[in-house]
Formats: sequence, structure tokens, C-alpha cells
Amino acid sequence: MSRPANLKYTRSHEWVRVEGDVATVGITDHAVEQLSDLAFVDLPRKGAKAEKDQRFGEIESTKSVSDLIAPLSGEIFDVNTEVIENLQLISLSPFDEGWLIRVRISNPAELKSLLSAEDYAEQLKHEEH
Amino acid sequence: MSTHRTASTIFEISRPGRRGILPPTCEPGLPGIDSCIPGHLRRQVPAELPEVSELDGIRHYTRMSTLNFAIDNTFYPLGSCTMKYNPRLNEVAASKPGFTHSHPLARAEEVQGFLEAMHALELILAEVSGLPHVSLQPAAGAHGELTALMMIRAYHLERGAREREVILIPDSAHGTNPSSCTIAGFRTREVKSGKDGTVDMDDLRAKMDPEVAGMMITNPNTLGIFEPNIQEISSILHAAGGLLYMDGANMNAILGIARPGDFGVDVMHYNLHKTFSTPHGGGGPGAGPIAVTNTLEPYLPVPRVVRSRDGKFSLSENHPRSIGKVRSYFGNSGILLRALAYAWAHGPADLRAVSEHAVLNANYIRAGLDGAYHLPYGAPSMHEVVFSAKIQKQFSVRALDIAKRLCDLGFHPPTIYFPLIVSEALMIEPTETESKETLDQFIQAMLQIARESETKPELLHNAPVTLPVKRLDEVNAVKTPVLTCCGTSPQ
Repeated sequence: MSRPANLKYTRSHEWVRVEGDVATVGITDHAVEQLSDLAFVDLPRKGAKAEKDQRFGEIESTKSVSDLIAPLSGEIFDVNTEVIENLQLISLSPFDEGWLIRVRISNPAELKSLLSAEDYAEQLKHEEH
Repeated sequence: MSTHRTASTIFEISRPGRRGILPPTCEPGLPGIDSCIPGHLRRQVPAELPEVSELDGIRHYTRMSTLNFAIDNTFYPLGSCTMKYNPRLNEVAASKPGFTHSHPLARAEEVQGFLEAMHALELILAEVSGLPHVSLQPAAGAHGELTALMMIRAYHLERGAREREVILIPDSAHGTNPSSCTIAGFRTREVKSGKDGTVDMDDLRAKMDPEVAGMMITNPNTLGIFEPNIQEISSILHAAGGLLYMDGANMNAILGIARPGDFGVDVMHYNLHKTFSTPHGGGGPGAGPIAVTNTLEPYLPVPRVVRSRDGKFSLSENHPRSIGKVRSYFGNSGILLRALAYAWAHGPADLRAVSEHAVLNANYIRAGLDGAYHLPYGAPSMHEVVFSAKIQKQFSVRALDIAKRLCDLGFHPPTIYFPLIVSEALMIEPTETESKETLDQFIQAMLQIARESETKPELLHNAPVTLPVKRLDEVNAVKTPVLTCCGTSPQ
């Protein structure tokens, strides 16, 4: 699976697509692979506030339960409710149909802390044991 | 193993009207059920109980027991769980009528033997930990964690340090550690592991601040590696006013060799169902005694066993700074007796030998599998060894497939996908109670699976193939669990 170069990434394996003041957020192919068989995803309601580095939801696989960490702060104005019913969207298309939330960015300065695709790939190399 | 490898339930062999025992009919003249139990408290529809003969019932459960993977019938190298043999001598000791016939509300003078046994176990656990005071009350490891964290909280509150509400936890920790912190009202802060799999000292220093109440550390850690900087970790914590807690899950590696109290720990828990050979898992219950320093002693839970000058024992509730009760009556006392029997049967020298053999066995497996399986950390292993199925993953075989295949080959699988910092982790803990022959058979089975992952990965994807229950659909089981049998549901 190719990892889009135009996206931003986090150390906790989320991706961010920035378009104007809107950020679309999902989890990476690596996260999907590590989690293996997905069982549940718990997403916030529309209108909830995302706070950078804080938990905005939860994803559960047969292996473990993991927090979903917000890469940026802002209002969550859209939630992909389709993935709740159909988790395959996340496993098969993590960077596209498997997106999770859309946030109206409240603090653009936070964008600086995100990783480039290259930096993210580098981090994964260090993580491998 | 039984040749009847079926897994039918007791309900499926039920036949209407079939009975095991026929109770005698009521003697004439006795009051009827209507006068004993009012109608509205009585069941209107008969309970849906299985109807089988006594022999069918016996055969069913005997067969079920042979289908189980248990320490009594197979090697059980479940990492971090210390699934060692439970000596039958423990059962003999705990079954003495003086113990089994005593009542939890009996007066102290009627149960002097019981109290003396509890006191003796406290002294042993104090000696082994190097921490002078012990509470036997906690009913399991996580309960010990919670009890200790409540004591740490009481310690800081007494010093007016209300702001200390953070506990540091390494990223390799057992999941119970952060969970216990949350229940005790603390927040947690993760400390990273370095490249060698032990606590990253720079990250630890960076995470210290006046909010830190303490740190929970497992030593040896969950990678089976002894933390070489444990004394420095303790000094950093203490200099900043924090306390050091040790998760004693891995005590089986250091009995009689290193004492937590000597390397700077303030409070720790034991898992008697691991280290001291009492039944574990379905055979439980467990017991999670804690051992503490003189400083923390006043906060220990009540009741406490007290020995007076004349040698008499009593249970004392008179400890005003205590955090209070954490368990009804006196802990899981039957389990505590088994642990005492184990400790006495061994004596100090043999308890040390337990750990020496546990470490030797883990390293024997490590040497036998190194190369065939990836070893993520080079540091010497203590009582368990963590491999990664990274090599097998190239052939699309994962730790889960290897675990399922081991069932086919007659072994209980090791712990998989833990610790979380190792991808495709396989965590193997043989314990000291296994012979070289058993270890060799296990190594051969693991090598066979390594070969199979290259030559016939589809076999591993479908494993287990020889058991009555094949590969389960775990996603479906999580999403739509069926918690009833045969279409019936609880009323």
C-alpha cells in the first residue's frame, strides 16, 4: 500500500489531509496492519472539540484497544459514520474511504508539529524491533 | 487425550425426563411448598437445566477436562504468567481440617494455628522482598497494585502534597498498571524504553516534575530483562519526592538473588499464583500480597496479624492511618496456606534454585530458537524470552498463526502481542518446573513451525486443524457475541 506523500503524519500513527482550514484525519496503513482484525471504532459526535494530543475516539481489534489521538485542535464538524458500520473501509482504504473525522483547524501553528511522509517512514524504521 | 474429540455441550446431550438422582418423595405430613415460599417468589417456568444421567454427566465433564490445555497435561509457556506446576503437597497442607473447618468469624483464640501460618508467610515475603512489612489482604496482583497506590496517595496527602497525582509507567508495562492508577485516581505518564529494552534514563528525567507521586516498574521487565539502572531510577524518584512501586509479576527470576527493598523499591506486590505455585487462572483464586518499607507501614490495610509478647496471635483493626479494608475477612486465606507450604517445602536455598532454574530454562529456549525467530533485544534474558515473528511475517505468517499451530502440536501457546513495544511478539516463559526433554520437544515444535511458515503458510493460517474447535472467527465473536447456548436466554 502506498503512503500518500502529500499528507501529514503523527507519531501515534494518524494521518492528516489539510485543505484550507479543514483537516481530514484517519489512521495509517501501518496502524491498520499493527491492529490486524478490526472489531469496533468509537468516534465522537459532530460538533465535539478535538484537542491536540488528546484522545478523540477508540479503535478496537481482536488484539487490543487503542486510543485515537487528535493531531490538531478544532471543532469536529464531520464524522465518517460509514466506517462504524463497515470497518473494512478502514482496513482496505485507510487514506481515502476510511477517513475518520474532519476538523476545522483552530490553531494553524500546530501544523508545524506534524511529520512529513518521509519523517514518518523514518520513525517506523526506528520502531521496528 | 480422549478419542472422543467432540465438543458438544451438556445441553446437547440432554434428553427430556432423564435424571441422575431421583430425590425421594416428600414424607406425608410435612408442610407443603406453598406454606414455605410464597407464590410470587417461586419460578413460574421450570429452569432450563440439562437432563442427563449421572454417568453421562461424569463422562461429559471428564471429556471436557481432557480437551483443555492445562499445566497438568501440557507445557504452558504463557509469558508473564509463570504457569508453573502446583505441587500437590500445597493441597495436602491447605486441606488440613484445622484450616478447612475454621470460620472467618471465629475468635482469634480458636484459630491460633491459622493466624500463626499467616504471620509466618508475612515474615517469608518480607525476607524475600527486603521490605519489612507485609499485607496478605489483596486478592490478586492488580488488587495489590490498587492497594499500594492507595497507600502512596495516603502518604502524599498526609504530607499535604495534593498536587502529586501522576504515576510514571514504562511503555513495556503490564496493562494493569495504568488501569490501577486510573482507578486509584492518578493520571499516568509514559516513560519510553531505550534501544536495549530498558527504561530510557533521559526520558525518565524529562518526565519528572513536582506532580509525580511515584513510578510503577516491573523488574525484570516484561521483556525478561533486568533493569540495570534500577538503583539510579530509585534515586531520581526519591530525590524528587516520589515513591517507587514494583510490579512483582516477575519475581520468579530473582528469588533469593536480588531483593527489591535493597535496590530501592518502596512497595511491591507478589503474585502468589505465579511465583509461589498456587493455582493460576481458572484454577484460582489468586493472591497479591504487598510488601512495604517502614515509612509506608502505617498505611497498610486492616485487619493485620499481630503477635503479642506472650506469643499469641490476633487480628488488629486499630491502625488509625491505615487505608482501611480492601478485602472481606482475611484475603484468599486458602491460597495463602498453599504459598506457605511451597515456601516451607523449599526453604531459602531451594527458593533461590527455583529462580536459577527458571532463568536457565528460559535461556535454553532462547538459544534453541535464536536465528529461527527474531530476537528484538540482545540483553541477557532472565526467566522469560521475547521473540518477534518478524522473519515469519515475510511469508504472511503472524504470531497468532504460530500460537494456533502450537495447539495442534500439543502445547499451550506463549503470550502473543505483548509487550506492545515488540511487533508480533511471542513471549515465552517455561518456568523451572519443566524438564530438558519437554523444553526440547517445544523447541522442535517451534522449529517445525518456522519451517512450515516458509513451505506451507496456508496450513498455519488455518491452524488449529487437529482440535475439535478449528480457527475461530474472533472478529465476529467480538462483534456479535453469542452468550447463550441452544437458543435459550436468561429470563
